[in-house]
Amino acid sequence: MKLVLRVWRQKERGAPGAFSRYEAPDASPDMSFLELLDVINEHLIVSGEQPIAFDHDCREGICGSCGMMIDGVAHGPMKATATCQLHLRHFRDGDEIQVEPWRAAAFPVIKDLVVDRGALDHIIAAGGFVTAQTGSAPDGNAILVPKRAAEEAMDAAACIGCGACIAACPNGSASLFTAAKISHLGLLPQGQPERARRVVAMVAQMDREGFGNCSWHGECEAACPKSISIDTIVRMNRDWLAACIMPKEKSRSEEGG
Amino acid sequence: MLFLWRAVVGKKIAMAVTGAIMIAFLIGHVAGNLLVFRGAVALDAWSAFLKHNAGVLWAVRAVLFVSVVLHVVAAVQVTLLDRKARPQAYARIQPQAATVASRTMRIGGLLIACFIVVHLMHLTTGTIRPAPFQEARVYDNVVGGFHIWWVALIYVVAMIVIGLHLVHGAWSWLRTLGLSRPKAEPLQRPIAAALAIVIWAGFTAIPLAILFGLVR
Ligand code: FES
Repeated sequence: MKLVLRVWRQKERGAPGAFSRYEAPDASPDMSFLELLDVINEHLIVSGEQPIAFDHDCREGICGSCGMMIDGVAHGPMKATATCQLHLRHFRDGDEIQVEPWRAAAFPVIKDLVVDRGALDHIIAAGGFVTAQTGSAPDGNAILVPKRAAEEAMDAAACIGCGACIAACPNGSASLFTAAKISHLGLLPQGQPERARRVVAMVAQMDREGFGNCSWHGECEAACPKSISIDTIVRMNRDWLAACIMPKEKSRSEEGG
Repeated sequence: MLFLWRAVVGKKIAMAVTGAIMIAFLIGHVAGNLLVFRGAVALDAWSAFLKHNAGVLWAVRAVLFVSVVLHVVAAVQVTLLDRKARPQAYARIQPQAATVASRTMRIGGLLIACFIVVHLMHLTTGTIRPAPFQEARVYDNVVGGFHIWWVALIYVVAMIVIGLHLVHGAWSWLRTLGLSRPKAEPLQRPIAAALAIVIWAGFTAIPLAILFGLVR
């Protein structure tokens, strides 16, 4: 099949960028979208041009490295699918596809389709951890986890940190990412000691990184390759409000451990 | 309170609480307005009752005024923040989940603010007088105003904008406050949609009924 890509090319951080047109006359419908870029890059290298820079690693939808706006949709037209798992059979022969990097002030473009997602690391560093004893592995059933909590925490823990939620949000909000981490840790018994402190710190860091506000468009959930629910944001807000208006509760849970 | 306001989520919480207050007011407002279908005596008696309890009336007005101000200030602030959060727009963007209601909250809010000013100047203070205005003759003022087609039109259009604002707002305020229960389809909002339709229909029925002579 023949596909035409209009890809954002940008030399480096802060440099002006523009779209360039590339034709792939003999793409296979069984290729993934990243393989299509690989093929285009091979041609570019042969003809002495700079290959298109894009992030990728596992290519099986679990690492969160890949991600780009494909025809105005984060990770492309398939629901619950990362760019690396998107196959060309979902496009029509002759399609012209616009490919853009994630756009957000907190995600500066490093080169072409590669953006700096360090802001997400800063949010994690602010509170996305639990205090655990090191040493030998704990006994399997030493801490009982309610079934429902285990299920919901796992759903949230599916977040691969790709940044599609921010890219797709009309406000450039990082609420779904942050809420997923807060839900993942805050639902489990191991996450209770820092629960209040965590939500306050991570929400504050989200603001500091310059992300926008959540106004419940639901675009993040639709873009998420792991289909994480916006219900996690409800939980984040509830925890945040509780931590703010009940500081006693907060210190008690911090001492509790 | 101030530390709440400093966080972006805190501003949204302020918008949710004030939005809920305004929804509660709208429910009372539309219920009172529908007395117009019971005639001049009923509506004017309701208005006189409100005026009689001046303390309560002014307390409600004060709460509403503060709510509107907080709602608008927070909305402006988060809008500016969002602009900064995405300085470069996408060349191509295809919304997947956002609704007409969610995407028109800002422009709709602006229109509603303008409408509130016009509406208060028309039927509360009588500053704008498309038809003769008499203090305490609510029924005559309403019927007189809505006999004029363009006055009725302004109100009918404004109610569409408010209804749309409610379709999103009556659903999202509970989410912002963290009060919604987890759902399989969190974007579905049957109760908010029903509430928006009821409020819209109640308000819209009045100018239409008067314009077409069902109420005279
Ligand atoms: S490359 Fe790992 S998720 Fe796509």
